[in-house]
Amino acid sequence: MSFTNLVSLWSDQPIISMVVWLLIIVSSLYLARKPAHRAIRSAATEIRSALRVAAKAITHTEHKLVERNTEVLMAAGRDDMENNIIREFHRVNASVNRDLSAFPSIHRRLTEQAELIDSDYQEAANVPPDPPGWTKAVEAVAKLRGEDASMIGKILTDIHTTVAKSQKQSFEEYRKANAKRHELLRRMMPRWRTLTQTMKEVNQSIATLQERSSTIDEQMNRYEEILQCTSKAQKTLSSSSMTQFFIAGIVLMIALIGGVINFYLIAMPMSEMVGGNSQLGPFRTSDVAALVIIMLEVAMGLFLMESLRVTHMFPVIGRMDDKLRQRMLWITLGILVVLACVESSLAFMRDLLAVDREALRQTLSGNATAMPEMRWIPSVGQMVMGFVLPFALTFAAIPLESFIHAARTVIGAVLVGLLRLTATTLRLVGNTCYHFGALLAQVYDLIIFIPLRAEEAIAGRKARAEEEKSFAETERTNHSSVSL
Amino acid sequence: MKSILKTYQRIITGALLIPVVLSLSACGEPENRSRAVYMLLDTSGTYTRQLDKASHIISYLLMSLDSGDSLAVARIDSGSFSEKDIIERTTFDDRPSVANTQKRKFRGVMDEFVKTARSSAYTDISGGMLQAVEWLKETGAGDKTILIFSDLKEELAKGQIRKFELQLDGVRVVALNVTKLSTDNIDPREYLTRVDDWQRKVLKGGGSWKVINDLEKVDNLLAG
Repeated sequence: MSFTNLVSLWSDQPIISMVVWLLIIVSSLYLARKPAHRAIRSAATEIRSALRVAAKAITHTEHKLVERNTEVLMAAGRDDMENNIIREFHRVNASVNRDLSAFPSIHRRLTEQAELIDSDYQEAANVPPDPPGWTKAVEAVAKLRGEDASMIGKILTDIHTTVAKSQKQSFEEYRKANAKRHELLRRMMPRWRTLTQTMKEVNQSIATLQERSSTIDEQMNRYEEILQCTSKAQKTLSSSSMTQFFIAGIVLMIALIGGVINFYLIAMPMSEMVGGNSQLGPFRTSDVAALVIIMLEVAMGLFLMESLRVTHMFPVIGRMDDKLRQRMLWITLGILVVLACVESSLAFMRDLLAVDREALRQTLSGNATAMPEMRWIPSVGQMVMGFVLPFALTFAAIPLESFIHAARTVIGAVLVGLLRLTATTLRLVGNTCYHFGALLAQVYDLIIFIPLRAEEAIAGRKARAEEEKSFAETERTNHSSVSL
Repeated sequence: MKSILKTYQRIITGALLIPVVLSLSACGEPENRSRAVYMLLDTSGTYTRQLDKASHIISYLLMSLDSGDSLAVARIDSGSFSEKDIIERTTFDDRPSVANTQKRKFRGVMDEFVKTARSSAYTDISGGMLQAVEWLKETGAGDKTILIFSDLKEELAKGQIRKFELQLDGVRVVALNVTKLSTDNIDPREYLTRVDDWQRKVLKGGGSWKVINDLEKVDNLLAG
């Protein structure tokens, strides 16, 4: 039955028919008012309850996820910190081995220097012999020096000469002894310097150790904070993880671009090897082959970095004994070199094909021109690029590991955010539904406002009649009591 | 905690499986991307003077077609439903370097033909079309094109019967350089009727039809 038929069901006049319909609808709605209100209210309440339960469940999951994220974050931080502390201890060990292993020799050198200085000092301390004690006698005799040429005078002159000579000799010896003493003191100077230098070296070693020990102290403090799961440690680790995620992501993007360039470098010449028309599914075989070579290079790079213990993504490689790991290192490096050579030759072939294609294009267009000079430069450039790119891609293993580690935390945080948003949305929708139910009930009443008003008027009149009746009753009772 | 971890595992497994399933579903029957082009050159009357223009089109085709694609050039003369009318045909090798050599050889043959081409008395376009359809089917290419370098004026020799429907399912027919004849200038309806007749014939056979008179705009000749 179409709408037009419905409209003209009660009368040919659509207005009359519609009025009839309106009356039917309004009276039906009025009659069904109470159950309809109950249904609307209960539906709204049920929806709100269901959504609140769902929100609660999601919030519960969110809390669990937060716990798990914290555990992951703390475990990662703990591992990092342990590795840092172990590395610091290794450095301290190396420093102690390097500096303090030489301590016995330094000690011996110091003792020798001290002994030498001491002996020099002892020697320098020896007082030179005083001029003979009879100097005064000589002076007295000297004063007796006669002018005459008598015997006594002669004797006295001789004595004077002898004593003067002896005194001169004594002074000479005294001067020599002093000079020797000065020489000894002068010889002490470089020894003092050596001693000071040695002491400086010892001091420097001690200072380095002190520095390392303070670094270890700092890291131990952080480690303790992580163990205690403090909010400061959480914030620091979370922020560090985010930073790591974005930095590693950017570097990986750069590596990806490098990979794409690498792909275009070898995809075209690959068609010369595997055919340009064969397909693997929707992809050209040459493209797939080029991609496989690049993937192999990346895989070899991962193994190489793992064998070098730069990354720690494969525990199996980490558990290998050193000899086996070293073999693996050489094997992966060898394969990588072979792949790099293959790429380099493919890059060269690409250049040859490009030249041939260009020559053909010129022949077909009838504008054949001579090949430009220095044509070899791009050829060599492509070959070098083909050789270097595989090794450059090897280093993508480092940001990849960081990215994977950081991604665990970041993805966890994103999931927490999503769950929180979902829970809030569900609560919001639930409350909106509840209030919408109330609004719907009001709108329902609005549609049937005429019978409702009539009902109210009738009820009001009835109430007033009741009131009047009760008032009259009361009045009558009062009158009868007064008359009594 | 275990249930969350399991959920994670399921999510990650699902995320990994989606591309695998998609790629597996894509690995069904590989799409046939090879192209085959059959070019008919009208050598009737004065149209041989236009062969230089055809030579440019052939150069363009040689530049556009890749390894695995096929190209044939045939003349339209008095009786074109014949292998003898095919001037040169080839399927380019999978290796680009060999394909380039083939293209050079093809170009040489065409240059020689353009120099030595002689006019024919009649124009059997339908016979040429029939030959083209047969050859295109033989190549098994995914994309088939017939290029008709002609004024589309068919003149059959006495006794030749060409009143049949062409089977052109999946074949794109492009009429190139449809020149106006001197009679067309007197009554242009002749030209329009001629083109319309061919269009009807091609569409009835299940093919698609296109006319390109401005040979500077042949960039998308093979793009459909």
